[in-house]
Amino acid sequence: MSTLTKLSAIPYTGPAPTNRNVYTPTEAPAADARGEAILAALNLSALTQERGQDLPTFIVDRAEIINVLRALHDHASLQFTLPLELFAVDYPNREQRFDVVYQLYSLANNERVRLKVRLADGETLATSSGVYQAYDWFEREIFDMFGIRFDGHPNLRRILTHENFQGHALRKDYDPAQRWLLTDAGIATIHPKIAPQFVQEEEDSDFERVTLNLGPSHPATHGTLRIVTTLDGETIVGADCEIGYLHRCFEKMSETHTYQQVIPYTDRLNYCSAIINNVGYCMTVEKMLGVTAPERAQHVRLILSEFYRISDHIICIGTNLVDMGALTNFWWLFQPREEIIALAESCSGARLLPSYLRIGGLAVDVPSDFLANAQRIVNMLPRYIDDVEALVMKNRIFRDRVEGVGVISREDAINFGFTGPCLRATGVPFDVRKSNPYLGYETYDWDVPVAEGGDTFARFLVRFEEMRQSLRILQQAIDRGLPPGPVMVDNPYVALPPKAKVYNEMESLIYHFKLIMHGIQPPVGEAYFQVEGGNGEVGFYIVSDGTKHPYRVRARPPCFPIFEAYSKMITGQTIPDAIAALGSLNIIAGELDR
Amino acid sequence: MPVQKIDTPNSIIPRKAGVAPGEGPEKGLITLPGEAARDTGDDLGGATYLTTKLDQVVNWARGNSLWPLPFGTACCAIEFMSMVSSHYDISRFGAEVVRFSPRQADLMIVAGTIVDKIAPVLKTIYDQMPEPKYVIAMGACATSGGFYRAYHVVQGIDEIVPVDMWVPGCPPTPDGLMYAILKLKEKIERGEIRRG
Ligand code: SF4
Repeated sequence: MSTLTKLSAIPYTGPAPTNRNVYTPTEAPAADARGEAILAALNLSALTQERGQDLPTFIVDRAEIINVLRALHDHASLQFTLPLELFAVDYPNREQRFDVVYQLYSLANNERVRLKVRLADGETLATSSGVYQAYDWFEREIFDMFGIRFDGHPNLRRILTHENFQGHALRKDYDPAQRWLLTDAGIATIHPKIAPQFVQEEEDSDFERVTLNLGPSHPATHGTLRIVTTLDGETIVGADCEIGYLHRCFEKMSETHTYQQVIPYTDRLNYCSAIINNVGYCMTVEKMLGVTAPERAQHVRLILSEFYRISDHIICIGTNLVDMGALTNFWWLFQPREEIIALAESCSGARLLPSYLRIGGLAVDVPSDFLANAQRIVNMLPRYIDDVEALVMKNRIFRDRVEGVGVISREDAINFGFTGPCLRATGVPFDVRKSNPYLGYETYDWDVPVAEGGDTFARFLVRFEEMRQSLRILQQAIDRGLPPGPVMVDNPYVALPPKAKVYNEMESLIYHFKLIMHGIQPPVGEAYFQVEGGNGEVGFYIVSDGTKHPYRVRARPPCFPIFEAYSKMITGQTIPDAIAALGSLNIIAGELDR
Repeated sequence: MPVQKIDTPNSIIPRKAGVAPGEGPEKGLITLPGEAARDTGDDLGGATYLTTKLDQVVNWARGNSLWPLPFGTACCAIEFMSMVSSHYDISRFGAEVVRFSPRQADLMIVAGTIVDKIAPVLKTIYDQMPEPKYVIAMGACATSGGFYRAYHVVQGIDEIVPVDMWVPGCPPTPDGLMYAILKLKEKIERGEIRRG
């Protein structure tokens, strides 16, 4: 018998080809210098600077994290008052296996800082929810996903996964497909905490407090939110929100796919403004790769982003008014929205979730009548916006239902980590397009609308005005015309070579093969990049280990901290107020639960 | 309680004397579903009655007045909204009375990803709907979990509830969903009843 082995049957077991270069961000020198200055200003021994990062980064001792956060928050000139991010990364091969990463923003100085705490398995961390209220839910998420416990946390239970879930899904050793079933018996009852001002000393026998459950399937909860309220008569005296009813494991899924394959998943975060998520993700990876999309691609990205922002606001305003009984506006506004969707469809072939971007540019070039159609939509939109504004803004019933409803103070909004229209409705002019311009937003003439009051009415005002500002940007972008040239970078490690070349040149054929088999491989390192989404700052934090799969993709969900503050906003109000306020926050479950 | 298929030869609609139900060509002025091709002979003399079977009328009415309950959880729900709103306008086919109460609906459109956490809710709502009830699984997620082959996602709602129509797409276009509703309408008019 022949002992010949068929060569092709032997599977290749060697290491997968990886990129071994180390990522050095272009911002690193500036970030390092700024980091030194911050270190000098704080004068704390618990901090060690980590150099060569895209943001000023410090490693903090586990025991000192609260002091450091408080110092950054209270410092007279630094003023890191806005908590943006808190998440963890798992490195199972390290002795201190977890990195818990904090990212803060200073509205006064327009700068960001990143703190990292290293933890071994089983080690706990003090809760920072006393310094930043937003971190209450973020810490619950870390507990849910990584099993890291936070000492002194008021309510440390799972947040995204269900009650019967076992294990911690974002640990590297958790099998991505391992499911656990939830049975009726497993569902926990929620008892909302009564707000301090409503705590009764003795039981009032005349009025019994009732607990009312809204959602998760309820016409006003838009998708999958659940709000449990305790009512005293008609007044909400305590509320608790339960989320996770749309937890689709975005972050785990990203780790099992290649960089390009993650793009459709990002579409489905905030599905009302899908393109903006695409932009955020692609630009983060491009930042790591050191490539920039061609001008033409950038211009199209900007135009579509603004259209999708308008579409996002249309859905928010339309559905919010439906909740309050004004159905006409919904029908009326959906007409131009349909045109916007059709424009995206003409580019990519898909309607709602176009997945039109690619790392390095666009999937295909835009059709030749793109600008003409864009102009047509820009011309038709003002009429619809004006009509709806005229219908509701002078309407007594509407005004009575929204003014002074769902109020959040400026301090609370900042402390809760609000961004986007909800933050601007409290008078803070923070917009990523102005503070950290990308895609050339700095070259356009437009204003950041702000409103005072922080109530539902203010949020309406901001959204209406933002649509007009987007139209201003769009008009200028259309007037400038599309720059000529390709829509994809000319870089064989990022973009597939043109088919004609693949068939005729050996080089291109090899590049094609390499890219298909080994994917895009950013250098080893980590990067964060943010864009202004429909609801606020959409940020992506990506860790690359040099392979074709992202090691960790973290998406900053702007809705998450906003919804966290919701129970506080509605306490002391009535259920109809709560419904009106909820719609104006524009909570998108896809992004809230990821 | 499940509704039985009504199969009675006795029509409530008065017929021409002398012709027993089920015998000979039924004659009427309007063709209803199920009625054989008409033959309006002279002997009718302008009669104004029509004949059909009760279950056929009922099914015809049912198929043309579906009351959907949108169990919308995710992106597909937005496309569902597009289908009910002005441009596509599902009211042309009589299914625009969207009800969020399961007691008032007979068609559940599951639009969006169903995750393990919400699965018991979906089951409860389905159980609360009165018979006859129909289910459309809209989109890849409701059909099979879609591209979320993951630790918290139900891999198709037929794990939980029986399904009448599957709509492909991620998300399906509004016309795709509309097509499913029309197909379901045909199915109902044929009198097919699925046992859940
Ligand atoms: S099928 Fe696609 S569009 Fe529909 S819910 Fe699932 S991911 Fe979203």
